[in-house]
Amino acid sequence: MAKKRTIRTIPQQRTPVREQDPRERVRNFAEVNCGYTRQEAATEAERCLFCPDPACVAGCPVNIDIPGFIREIGAQDFRAAYEVIGRANLLPAVCGRVCPQESQCEGVCVVGDTLEPVAIGRLERFVGDLAIKEGWASIPYIEPNGFKIGIVGSGPAGIACAADMAKAGCAVTVYEAFHQPGGVLRYGIPDFRLPNEVIDAEIENLRKLGVRFECNTLVGRLFTIEQMIDELGFDAVFIGTGAGYPSMLGIPGDCLNRVLSANELLTRCNLMRAKDFPDYDTPLPLGRRVAVIGAGNTAMDAMRVCLRLGAERVFCVYRRTKAEAPARAEEIHHAEEEGIEFHWLTAPVEILPDEKGGVGAMRCIRMELGAPDASGRARPVPVPGSEHELAVDQVVFAIGTNANPIIGQTSKLRLDRRGYIEADESMATSMAGVFAGGDIVTGAATVIEAMGAGRRAARSMKEYLGIRDDGTASLGEAERGGMLFGIDHRERNFARIRLA
Amino acid sequence: MHDASGSAGFEIIRREDFSDVTYLLEIRHPLMARAAKPGQFVIVMSHAQGERIPLTIADFDRGRGSVTLVIQAVGKTTREMQQTCQVGTMLYALVGPMGVPSAIGQAKKVLCVGGGLGTAPIFPQARGFSENGAYVIGVLGFRSKDLIFWEDKFRGCCDELILCTDDGSAGVKGTIADGMKLAIERHRDIEEAVIIGPPVMMKAGAQVTRTAGIKTVVSLNPIMVDGTGMCGGCRVKIGDQVKFACVDGPDFDGHKVDFDDLTMRLKRYAEEEKTALARWSESCRLAQARGSG
Ligand SMILES: Cc1cc2nc3c(=O)[nH]c(=O)nc-3n(C[C@H](O)[C@H](O)[C@H](O)COP(=O)(O)OP(=O)(O)OC[C@H]3O[C@@H](n4cnc5c(N)ncnc54)[C@H](O)[C@@H]3O)c2cc1C
Ligand code: FES
Repeated sequence: MAKKRTIRTIPQQRTPVREQDPRERVRNFAEVNCGYTRQEAATEAERCLFCPDPACVAGCPVNIDIPGFIREIGAQDFRAAYEVIGRANLLPAVCGRVCPQESQCEGVCVVGDTLEPVAIGRLERFVGDLAIKEGWASIPYIEPNGFKIGIVGSGPAGIACAADMAKAGCAVTVYEAFHQPGGVLRYGIPDFRLPNEVIDAEIENLRKLGVRFECNTLVGRLFTIEQMIDELGFDAVFIGTGAGYPSMLGIPGDCLNRVLSANELLTRCNLMRAKDFPDYDTPLPLGRRVAVIGAGNTAMDAMRVCLRLGAERVFCVYRRTKAEAPARAEEIHHAEEEGIEFHWLTAPVEILPDEKGGVGAMRCIRMELGAPDASGRARPVPVPGSEHELAVDQVVFAIGTNANPIIGQTSKLRLDRRGYIEADESMATSMAGVFAGGDIVTGAATVIEAMGAGRRAARSMKEYLGIRDDGTASLGEAERGGMLFGIDHRERNFARIRLA
Repeated sequence: MHDASGSAGFEIIRREDFSDVTYLLEIRHPLMARAAKPGQFVIVMSHAQGERIPLTIADFDRGRGSVTLVIQAVGKTTREMQQTCQVGTMLYALVGPMGVPSAIGQAKKVLCVGGGLGTAPIFPQARGFSENGAYVIGVLGFRSKDLIFWEDKFRGCCDELILCTDDGSAGVKGTIADGMKLAIERHRDIEEAVIIGPPVMMKAGAQVTRTAGIKTVVSLNPIMVDGTGMCGGCRVKIGDQVKFACVDGPDFDGHKVDFDDLTMRLKRYAEEEKTALARWSESCRLAQARGSG
């Protein structure tokens, strides 16, 4: 590098990314954000200041060496960039698309103090997409060690744990209840945000690592966690079954026809391809005026799907303000561009039926923000006398989820008060050899946090099984730094510990 | 390996047709045969573009490593399956056993009632109670004599069997509610009733037992998608609570179920179902015309 970069010498504007025109895209399911070209990526890479003590790395839940991979992009060595990311994150094409960067890496980027932060997410996605296109996923030489690992759930947590254990030489089987793997990535997040081909490519990479996927398998009911250890011969088990179980509105009218959870809407549309009804058999009739309750990612996805399925007007009803809305900033922005009508500080009170058992209207009440509640967020309180009716014929609720009960119903694992699986920092549960992570432990969170949990569990599993992990196990927490979840290439050199 | 599911499918090893609308499929699935308990169900997708439909397990055979489903051809999917599902063909997806198994307790005298869709699924319950030493009175409803199936199978595990037909061509003329009343008159000491069938029938049956003060369990069959508690499409009203039939049920207290709500919710996709059926019938007609022309 010739001259040291400073905030004044770097490109002042964030490199824009091509996006489908809002008027056009509300009529299709193709991706909204078209991603950077090589040239655009290289230009954006010039905006990184390569801070000696990079805040972005600390801000990343899996501590990707962000300046490291951006440096490689700048040098146009994209494959090297992919390898840098790959040490910490298995699914860059996914995370670059769905991580809430504004509250993670980009939120603490120093450039962001003065200008717009470096577009780390877009760069990550660029690298991930290129890797898929070029087929770069490196398949390391793996020495089988005779251990058998069972993974329950094929969402990001399960996938991450599976990959690490496979790379360590274990025979890994992932069980998934649905007929397709991927978890929320598959059934929840729509194509226009995360195309199915990306998930397919990532799953295929895992298959190449030797991971077996067994779909159509409801663990707990087909066999229990206990049976996996006692009878099916698994040496360790990871549970990543996700949150599921949508919270109900608990207001009159919430069981009317034409009132459904965002999860049902999205599953019908994304996994079952109701958008292609009647070529696909699953129906998804929607009203013309849809109210979606909630303002998280799930709510945004549901609204934008409704638009694409032909709704005339879509309203977002949220009891707090835009500032508190939990969705990614980009999603709210895209939703606004597409014409979603936001009713902030509004809560539903009752859903009124029409004469056919459908929805006639929704009664709402205005809210105002009061004193902070236990979560530290301002508590919304109803404004007396502000009740009003919203003319809608479809209501979708996306107000959060509760713990999925199946594993709890069928095993002796200790659950917490709310029914989530109890796990300590190492992701170990109350049962020896059984680990858990992702939404089923934390409650609904994010893709990257679920992946981080899966990798943490893999590390603990290896410790539990006595698999030496030369790259990391002998180092102190501090020295590991950015390599905390990194897979070291030396990992493959551990000795065969147990005779199969 | 066919697609992302990585599964080659689930083989149909036996088929039997009970009438022109009711057919039986026996499917190889040794693990499921081992795990299944009375009251549980599966979700089936007959092909990759199909919908996920819940079907109660009508029988399971650990020795043969199979589960049995009895299906009524009512909508597009079940009619299409009636044509395509033959011995040796594969179901694209089959997952289960799902749902909380029925609590087959120590009741000494029980009424096992099945009608319509529920006739076959009541069998594992009747067998379960019989194995627990209960005196089992079976009440089965059919439209007419020639639609009766599994009579021998039921006689094998029921101490008494009351057949009801709408037209009186066999057994009692009337509905299962009439059969139940008859049984209750004869036996004053029935401790429990289990009813499986269409909502109207379960509602009528639950009314009979409510009057007689008999504890009643019904098995609900709302529209489902995942069957794992993730979508809430299967929610039902039980007393003043909302429950998800797939993970909280499918068995519920028959005296608390809001059957009208269930009936209403089952009609959610009636329009689309009609469209799909019409389109499919048309395509069958065309195929036939091509075949013969
Ligand atoms: C619509 C939607 C949009 C979202 N958008 C974003 C976003 O933009 N960015 C972001 O970071 N996060 C987002 N999230 C959150 C994120 O997807 C989750 O936090 C993450 O997927 C959790 O991963 P997981 O592996 O714990 O579980 P999941 O992804 O939920 O996967 C669990 C899997 O386990 C399966 N399973 C459950 N029970 C069993 C069983 N008993 N046996 C076998 N299999 C079972 C399920 O079918 C499922 O496939 C979104 C969530 C939703 C619903
Ligand atoms: S079928 Fe989806 S929650 Fe029951």
